[in-house]
Amino acid sequence: MQQFAELVQLLSNSTKTNEKLGALSQYFATAPDKDKTWVLALFSGRRPKRTVNSTQLKTWCIQVTGLSDWLFEECYHTVGDLGETIALLLPPRTNPVAAPLHYWLEQLQQLEKATEETKQAFILQAWDALDNGERFVFNKLITGGFRIGVSQKMMVNALARTYDIEPATLSHMISGNWDPHNVTIEELLHQHTTGADASRPYPFYLAYALEGPPGTLGTEKEWQAEWKWDGIRGQIIKREGQLFVWSRGEELITEKFPEFVPLNTALPDGTVLDGEILTFADGLPLPFQTLQTRIGRKNVTRKQLQEAPVIFLSYDLLEWEGTDIREKTLAERRALLETLVQNIQAPVLQLSPEIIFGSWDELTQLRLQSRDKGSEGLMLKRKAAAYQVGRKRGDWWKWKIDPLTIDAVMIYAQKGHGRRSNLYTDYTFAVKDGDQLVPFTKAYSGLTDKEIAEVDNWIKRHSLEKFGPVRTVQPQLVFEIAFEGIAASNRHKSGVALRFPRINRWRKDKPVAEINTLEDLKELLRVNGHNTGS
Amino acid sequence: MNVLQFTDNGIYCAAGDFYIDPWKPVKRAVITHAHSDHARWGNQYYLCENASVPLLRLRLGNDIKVQGAAYGETIFFNGVKVSLHPAGHIIGSAQIRVEQDGEVWVASGDYKLENDGLSAPFEPIRCHTFITESTFGLPIYRWAPQQQIFNGITQWIYENQQAGKASVLLAYSLGKAQRLLYHLKDKVDHFLAHGAIAIPHEVLLQEGWPLPPVERITPETPKTAFKNAVIIAPPSAEDNVWMRRFQPYSLGICSGWMQVRGNMRRRNADAGFVLSDHADWAGLLDAVTATGAEQVYSTHGFSSVFARYLTEKGIAAREVTTSYGDEEIINNPES
Repeated sequence: MQQFAELVQLLSNSTKTNEKLGALSQYFATAPDKDKTWVLALFSGRRPKRTVNSTQLKTWCIQVTGLSDWLFEECYHTVGDLGETIALLLPPRTNPVAAPLHYWLEQLQQLEKATEETKQAFILQAWDALDNGERFVFNKLITGGFRIGVSQKMMVNALARTYDIEPATLSHMISGNWDPHNVTIEELLHQHTTGADASRPYPFYLAYALEGPPGTLGTEKEWQAEWKWDGIRGQIIKREGQLFVWSRGEELITEKFPEFVPLNTALPDGTVLDGEILTFADGLPLPFQTLQTRIGRKNVTRKQLQEAPVIFLSYDLLEWEGTDIREKTLAERRALLETLVQNIQAPVLQLSPEIIFGSWDELTQLRLQSRDKGSEGLMLKRKAAAYQVGRKRGDWWKWKIDPLTIDAVMIYAQKGHGRRSNLYTDYTFAVKDGDQLVPFTKAYSGLTDKEIAEVDNWIKRHSLEKFGPVRTVQPQLVFEIAFEGIAASNRHKSGVALRFPRINRWRKDKPVAEINTLEDLKELLRVNGHNTGS
Repeated sequence: MNVLQFTDNGIYCAAGDFYIDPWKPVKRAVITHAHSDHARWGNQYYLCENASVPLLRLRLGNDIKVQGAAYGETIFFNGVKVSLHPAGHIIGSAQIRVEQDGEVWVASGDYKLENDGLSAPFEPIRCHTFITESTFGLPIYRWAPQQQIFNGITQWIYENQQAGKASVLLAYSLGKAQRLLYHLKDKVDHFLAHGAIAIPHEVLLQEGWPLPPVERITPETPKTAFKNAVIIAPPSAEDNVWMRRFQPYSLGICSGWMQVRGNMRRRNADAGFVLSDHADWAGLLDAVTATGAEQVYSTHGFSSVFARYLTEKGIAAREVTTSYGDEEIINNPES
């Protein structure tokens, strides 16, 4: 556990990619085999089953430390991480135990059907056995979510370095449906001899944002343009008579979308499609909000199926007749995909239309229609390009439309999490409605560290009231809020919900009297709100 | 009886007509210690502990009218009895004891309970009312014994040297920097320091404090001097072009705020050492208990939390807003 705790410490502190890569590959070269498999699982989002929940951890910590609930909460809001708060509050350990990572994980898994008392006894004993750094890691294993700045790509590169395997191949080997309980890292990395898991997806190819004009990309003829959709990026796999749906987060989501069941019979074996899962009605995508109602649920209700029906808007074909065709050109893959979609005639499987354009200027004009189409902008893909692995510059570009903006005043602030712990970084903004201020969105990002420090300082000096972790502040600071879409919402006081709101800039030049009004927001909703995301 | 009261100018003793650490210019100021949020410019007369006098002159100018007093020495202001007692925060730091007609109030200034080897160690003073700092007034703040921290720093320096890197330690120029120098003096042969540290260091050496020599970094210092060197710099040097010349180096921050991972990640440090000149949670509670005070006022940091906690424990406690940093002290190098 010590070795893993040190790895986590180093990974979360280091800002240097090479240092992280070195530490990871060192870890993979020296850690016990069982630990390695677990680390691979943890850092690729394969969370162990939760056998103890956060509330239980919190309750037991309060019992051990004798702190009042409110004091625990104050600590939590300052630290911004439950696992860390508990690690800091617990008394020093009295029975040190040096056991490897997999020991603790396996013990935790065995608690699944245990009684509350057994669980508590185990956790208390573990806390008393581990040092501070280990306790933090242990708590994070329970609460999940290791956000420590290790991308899947970095882990793949580290493994590739340790095991001397091509990163793209390795990426494919470790994707799919496997469980660290019954597989070892060696088995995963030698799978070509043992036969592949039928469900295994290909790593997604991700686009970079196009910053300049498209003219910088060369001649128009070499490029294919499509609308950029705001859904769930997914892969549909049909192999060995089974259908699998994967999200970009490498989560198997087949069960959430029963609409795709007919594809199991319609698609031939050995087919892998890349595309976007979208809620769709009358030929246009519905606001992302409607899709959101589908994401959180494990079991889909009939009502949801009616209100938020999904389709798969396909844009690439990665495997055809059991062969990996990613090395073929986009033009070739697209031709196969078009034939396939036409032949099977399944309403749930659509083709992402190609935008026909003669010149970059014409495309620039067409891009202005994005919002009406319910899209976020354009995708540009090089026709001669292979399908690559991960985020790579050069052949795929997303060319988003400019966001909508509105000037608003900050009215509430709350402390952030992670590297923003103990700083007021989570703000709520309001627009004017007569002489009232109506809150309409929260935003967490967009300011520089320097600005955050300045705003934080200001908030601490201009708070009016404290409601738990939230501070009401004097309505004085004006910010320009940017967002990708706007939709009507009866869950919000303002009547609107924004998609991807963030702070565009701090309008130090603008007095509160001149911020936008609720009427302005509603106007944006009228003009832009029909088809775009929430 | 209110021996001391909280005014717009600072903590005021009406009967003695003087202020403690005023934040606006006044006639008579009694100063707890030489940090800039406590010892401000513009007062007509200053009173502070003897060891603070040269530091006050250094920071506020040679022409200030300042009187020194020894710890425990009594000074009368209109019959109000004032004395200074060790606070253990930095060299010359003092708690101010004020007695009027048998009623005793103590203003702590900043303090820590652990003996840092340089500052006179904290002494609890019995009083009726205690005005305490509460910078780290949350139970998540618990300091390890300093020997453990210094062992960690020594080990880190050693590892950096093995890797051919300089070790840059960020520490506040008055207090933390001297504490580092004092505790590392037998482990490190040669120290380099930023001017902000070298200048007070010069003054303290003249005063006879047992500190090792340091070499001041100037634009003329050759780059070869930085190889594997141990460099002490103030927090303001972070993210500064000034640091580039030390490449390759590893950056370590010495501060109580390093207790929370997020703070450390935000600072982009290679290492965080939880070393503070303020009392931790347990230290604050011990200090309050030792005074036997019936009434407590908490100032700066987590003052509302600390006051609420004391109230639950049956001590009449209240938060007072002062201009000593408040919570933004998180970005304030003096912590």
